[in-house]
Amino acid sequence: MKPAPFDYFAPNSLEEALEQLQAAGWDGKVLAGGQSLVPVMNFRLAQPGVLVDLNRIPGLDGIEVDPAGNLRLGAMVRHARLEKDPTVARVAPLLTAAVPWIAHPQIRNRGTLGGSLAHADPAAELPAVMVALRARFRLRSAHGDRWVDADDFFVGLFATALEPGEILVEVLVPAASPGDRVAFLEVARRSGDYALVGVATTLRLEAERLVDLRHVLFSIGDRPHEAHAAADCIGQQPTPELIEQFSLAVGREIEPADDIHASADYRRHLAAVLTRRALTQALRSGGAA
Amino acid sequence: MNEPNPTREIEFEVNGTTFRRAVEPRRLLSDFLRHDLGLTGTHVGCEHGVCGACTILLDGQAIRSCLLFAVQIDGAHLTTVEGMTPEPAAPMHPLQQAFQRHHGLQCGFCTPGFLMTLLPFLEENPDPTEDEVRHAISGNLCRCTGYQHIVDAVLGWARERAAAAAEGEGREPTP
Ligand SMILES: Cc1cc2nc3c(=O)[nH]c(=O)nc-3n(C[C@H](O)[C@H](O)[C@H](O)COP(=O)(O)OP(=O)(O)OC[C@H]3O[C@@H](n4cnc5c(N)ncnc54)[C@H](O)[C@@H]3O)c2cc1C
Ligand code: FES
Ligand code: FES
Repeated sequence: MKPAPFDYFAPNSLEEALEQLQAAGWDGKVLAGGQSLVPVMNFRLAQPGVLVDLNRIPGLDGIEVDPAGNLRLGAMVRHARLEKDPTVARVAPLLTAAVPWIAHPQIRNRGTLGGSLAHADPAAELPAVMVALRARFRLRSAHGDRWVDADDFFVGLFATALEPGEILVEVLVPAASPGDRVAFLEVARRSGDYALVGVATTLRLEAERLVDLRHVLFSIGDRPHEAHAAADCIGQQPTPELIEQFSLAVGREIEPADDIHASADYRRHLAAVLTRRALTQALRSGGAA
Repeated sequence: MNEPNPTREIEFEVNGTTFRRAVEPRRLLSDFLRHDLGLTGTHVGCEHGVCGACTILLDGQAIRSCLLFAVQIDGAHLTTVEGMTPEPAAPMHPLQQAFQRHHGLQCGFCTPGFLMTLLPFLEENPDPTEDEVRHAISGNLCRCTGYQHIVDAVLGWARERAAAAAEGEGREPTP
């Protein structure tokens, strides 16, 4: 099918974009990579009256480390660049591990970090990674600036804290601690599909005991879910028995739904299996120093 | 809302030729190439990014032309499958010849998308493994070949190209 008519703006500055978006109100949408928005427009599931294209605004695609060691990513950084960037691999290895699981090479050449987060598909990889990494998002509007924690940003099915007129401009990923170990795994029916279930894990050991464990599951509800059971593992040795207990607890605490892709029971099963594999893999990976 | 939309002037290059055209913002790039420029080598299968038939190069990178609006390509350089053999009478591009030799196509509907995906991939990975080739084409659907002959064509061409390069080097006078 073909998209409904719309008015198109391609501003050269963020200020202009914010004004155009503000003027459009509920009828306006930001166009980033278009890899989620254009399909829904082609199906006429979305019929925005105004599109504000961010692709010609300079300065929205930075990849930098700030003086405090945090990774600062512009919203328009494309997936393909995230995948290969050496700075990202050093400061946020969990992000590097997750990106190849997103869609296909041609989609990654065009799709953006900000677009994936704003789209907030519950089966998408990057929202879960951002929750696990305690990332913060900078939202701009014609009236100013605010920072929102990843965990507060994803509010439900395709729903975020973004207000009409706001643009997600920057993502701050806190510096990984030395010794952080990570793993990212998912199961999908076909290569490049959205996950049936996926997990993003970051953990740290001190004196052979877990001092940090953040384990986020996705595609098991309407937003990323951080495992509560992780709290019970802190201070313990990550023995195979502990990992097994934790995996089963994770399978029990989630509340997935049946859909055409998988039954709730199968999702629980996958969540437990992937949890066990992810922890085992993260522990084997050794971590930095 | 949704009244007839004014057109925009855009200037861009396709296969080395510069064009200036007026387009309605909602015109998909895939439709623009086929209907407005008559470049029907780019095929349209699904119009939601899944099948890969519409893959072309935007500034050298493989992208879905069904997920871009033509109005967005102002100032861009595009390559379509027609650009692989600029002269109609010229022999086909060696990768196309490899597809032919290895039976990498039957109906041919998917072929332009595979070729446009593979050109930049082989540029970056001149000596790919089978696994790398399969990952590279994972975003392109083919209903006929079962993919094996496409993989054979790619690996075959990469090997022939490497052999030809080695032979070429062997003939170089050593200083
Ligand atoms: C075949 C196919 C398979 C895919 N598989 C996966 C997959 O496995 N995993 C996955 O995560 N994704 C997948 N995707 C989606 C892809 O990753 C998209 O690139 C991504 O979801 C959206 O990013 P975009 O830049 O293309 O955003 P767009 O499509 O341009 O925008 C998406 C939404 O976000 C809004 N938006 C975009 N940028 C901003 C911003 N900076 N501030 C505020 N709002 C903004 C838009 O208004 C729109 O509502 C797939 C897509 C296709 C076509
Ligand atoms: S027509 Fe564009 S991907 Fe199928
Ligand atoms: S040759 Fe027919 S779809 Fe690929």
